Amino acid sequence: MDPGRKRKIRLVVALGVAVLLSSALVYTSFSASTEAKEPSELLSAAPGASYDLTGKVVPGSIQHQGELLRFRVADRDDASKSIPVTYSGVVPDPFRDGREIILTGTVQNGVFVGERDTLITKCPSKFTTESSAPDAG
Amino acid sequence: MPASLGSAALALAFLAAVTAAVLALLGSRGEQRWVDVSRRAVYALCALLTFCVVTVEIAFAGDDFSFELVAQHSSIETPAFYKLGAMWSSQEGSLLLWAWVLSIAASVALYATRGKLREVVPYATAVMAGVAAFFTGLMLFAGGVNPFATLSPAPLDGTGLNPLLQHPSMMIHPPMLYTGYVAFTIPFAFAIGALAARRLDAAWIRSTRRFALIAWAFLGLGLLLGARWSYTELGWGGYWAWDPVENAALMPWLTGTAFLHSIMVQEKRGMLKAWNASLIVATFTLALLGTFLVRSGVLQSIHAFGDSTVGPYILGLIAVVLIGSTALIVSRLDDLRSPKRIDSLASREAVFLVNNLLLVALCATIFWGTFFPLISELFTGEKASLAAPWFDRYTTPLAILLVLFTGIGPLLAWRRISWVSAKRVFLVPALVALAVGIVLVLTGVASENLWALALFVFAAFSLTGLAQEFWRGAAARRSLSGGSMPAALLAVTSRNRRRYGGYVVHVGVAVLLIGIAASSSFQTNRDLRLSPGESAVIEGRTIVYERPFVRVDPEALTFGAVLGVEKDGERAATLRPSRRYFRPTGSEVGTIGGFFEGEATSEVGLKAGPWSDLWTSMAPDIMAVRERAQAADRGFRACMRGAPGTPPQCAQVSRLMRAAAADPRLQPIALAQIERLQSATAEQLAQGYLADAGTATFRVIVDPLVTWIWIGGLIALTGALIAIWPARRARRRPAADGELEALKEAKYREIRDAELDHAAGKLSDEDFALLDAELRREAVEILDRANGGSANGHGAEGRPAHRV
Repeated sequence: MDPGRKRKIRLVVALGVAVLLSSALVYTSFSASTEAKEPSELLSAAPGASYDLTGKVVPGSIQHQGELLRFRVADRDDASKSIPVTYSGVVPDPFRDGREIILTGTVQNGVFVGERDTLITKCPSKFTTESSAPDAG
Repeated sequence: MPASLGSAALALAFLAAVTAAVLALLGSRGEQRWVDVSRRAVYALCALLTFCVVTVEIAFAGDDFSFELVAQHSSIETPAFYKLGAMWSSQEGSLLLWAWVLSIAASVALYATRGKLREVVPYATAVMAGVAAFFTGLMLFAGGVNPFATLSPAPLDGTGLNPLLQHPSMMIHPPMLYTGYVAFTIPFAFAIGALAARRLDAAWIRSTRRFALIAWAFLGLGLLLGARWSYTELGWGGYWAWDPVENAALMPWLTGTAFLHSIMVQEKRGMLKAWNASLIVATFTLALLGTFLVRSGVLQSIHAFGDSTVGPYILGLIAVVLIGSTALIVSRLDDLRSPKRIDSLASREAVFLVNNLLLVALCATIFWGTFFPLISELFTGEKASLAAPWFDRYTTPLAILLVLFTGIGPLLAWRRISWVSAKRVFLVPALVALAVGIVLVLTGVASENLWALALFVFAAFSLTGLAQEFWRGAAARRSLSGGSMPAALLAVTSRNRRRYGGYVVHVGVAVLLIGIAASSSFQTNRDLRLSPGESAVIEGRTIVYERPFVRVDPEALTFGAVLGVEKDGERAATLRPSRRYFRPTGSEVGTIGGFFEGEATSEVGLKAGPWSDLWTSMAPDIMAVRERAQAADRGFRACMRGAPGTPPQCAQVSRLMRAAAADPRLQPIALAQIERLQSATAEQLAQGYLADAGTATFRVIVDPLVTWIWIGGLIALTGALIAIWPARRARRRPAADGELEALKEAKYREIRDAELDHAAGKLSDEDFALLDAELRREAVEILDRANGGSANGHGAEGRPAHRV
């Protein structure tokens, strides 16, 4: 076989493998991902499906019951739409009233049950702007 | 006054950058005068930005709250060390840092290349000055991000620095990352210069290689410090979370690693030119993307960001860089083509190509995962995100293959290696790897996790291979010049810094990956609820909650626990995990309850060891303390009102307060008085907690081999330092400029490398004879061309053989 043709075959094989691998990557990412939802969108959530809840902790709603943490999370822009949440596991340092959080879990009987150790709290802005300066830490 | 001086300097810096860019472009037509002036304009830019940085730092050190920047990111109580670092905790301060570091790197690069690369330098200057003009212009014109914005009247105290950021590694981590990001601008600019001027030999690579290495080392150090900060400060016990901003720093580091390897192929063999140009463009773009992600709020991340005004501008710059560079590369494709091919798959260049593909695949995977929320929103309309398990699934096999190649690469010679030679170099590492594998399987250590087993086996292979390389190199050196083995090792390393520095980096990376594999696969992790006196057993260690402790200082209230750790009946350690509740700064002075509304951080109790770390954090039960604090606040307010039944001191304090409200000069005295009262109350609260600490929640993690992550990282950095350090010879004689001169140099280096490989037993006698003849023939060809075809190769023959 002449070297030019050999190279071409090698290139096609390499590209083929690359395409195959990347389509596997793309395929699994769609099935492995969890949808991010705000409380108002979760009211019509499918039971059993896993979601990433995003929103703000309703001020004054945090209660500790032994290891269990109970609080409410409201839409970022509409504090009137909120959902009760239960969670146990690591609570990040910045977690408190009014903070934006991300929590993975499922909806059971109208309560969002967080998976253990999945609570993420967004830091109060390190890079503040004019508008967000007052609540910066 | 200082603020307006700073503002003026910033405006002048912008002008200097624009001037440098314009003059450099004018000079690209061959007017050397303009090029010289543009270089001086870059020096001036550096001086002006240094002045700006010093001005800001003086304002921070001297609590000048008329600077808005200082008022929002520092306070009187902020410790002096953190005041100096508070600059880059802000948007505007970090932009200033970016521009400043860039101006330093650009000045150094232009100083080092003055009188050289005459066609390339003008374009490179224009690119670097252009980027600098962008960032200084951003601070001046984007609105809301000028570091010299002032407040009038100046507040008495600032809001303070976020306590989470008050950690030594947090002070060094951002400047390291920025320096890493920024230093990649230099090789990028010279690559663009080389493309624009069609000077596509390896000259631009030789001039900027060291900058790429420095950028890589800084970025690596930044990542390492960030991981360390996460491990010791964030209170969750992990060091990597696949967070978008972490990924954003990792991606340019990965493509940068690929670039550092593939440029060697271009230097030695003149191949992969288009690939190298594309890699450095990708690396620089990813560095800009990292800068952008922190400031945009497009992706949800634990890293802080406000939706800010500068995001769209940086996105614009990224688009310009990407489109412009791609167009330039495509238009130069004919010049980028190389006539040479890779001789054999069993050669160092072939392995470099494979490692490049692995690194780029790793980067592409992380890119996809990081931006998946945007991709998913585009296709399905729902913002969905990928969690750590998805990243782990794809990055684990790639990392395992990479660790194998950190061992294979150094064992192979350039061009090709015969079966005989291959057997000679691979035998011992393969046997050791096999033995390690058998031991791990028999002891059952790795039976539950096949990925970890594979990684340990491959790492054993690589580490043995690298040790063998050092051993053989030193032995070869010793047979020539005698002396002890350590002396020979030192000598052979210092004479071949790039090669052995690189090997040291490989050792570090292999060790680091062992640490990651062990700590992520075999971690034990428990949450315990204990009252004082109670104990629990975890992984053969008995942990006793001996007593609570408290600490009161002006900044924070700390509630902690003293944990006694016993192993095999002996006391192994005393740990003091705690939680710090920070005093709120700003307007709300005088309330104690505020301590529990503000920031709190976990202080980890850590016992590090070579085999495993014992990591603990605690969450105290502060319900009772909190209630007492609220009662104290009510009492204080009653006292201030002069309500009946309050002690006589109350009247005194409230008089002082009223007087201070009228007369600003009295305000510091009143503030100090209130703080004294507050401290006394805090002390009482602390005593109350000691008397009745209740049940605290502890997180206890036993993390095997995690220490080796930090040790491996430090080994890798040491290796980078060895490779960066200029060789004595190079310092004496300036590098060659002419294309043929450069080719000659590169060929001599190749001959020396082959001789070293032969002496170290990597090449068999036959392999070496063939290769040496080939290389000498090529050297003679170059010399013939250099001498206009008249000479007949005395240079190559006459040059004394290289002493390893």
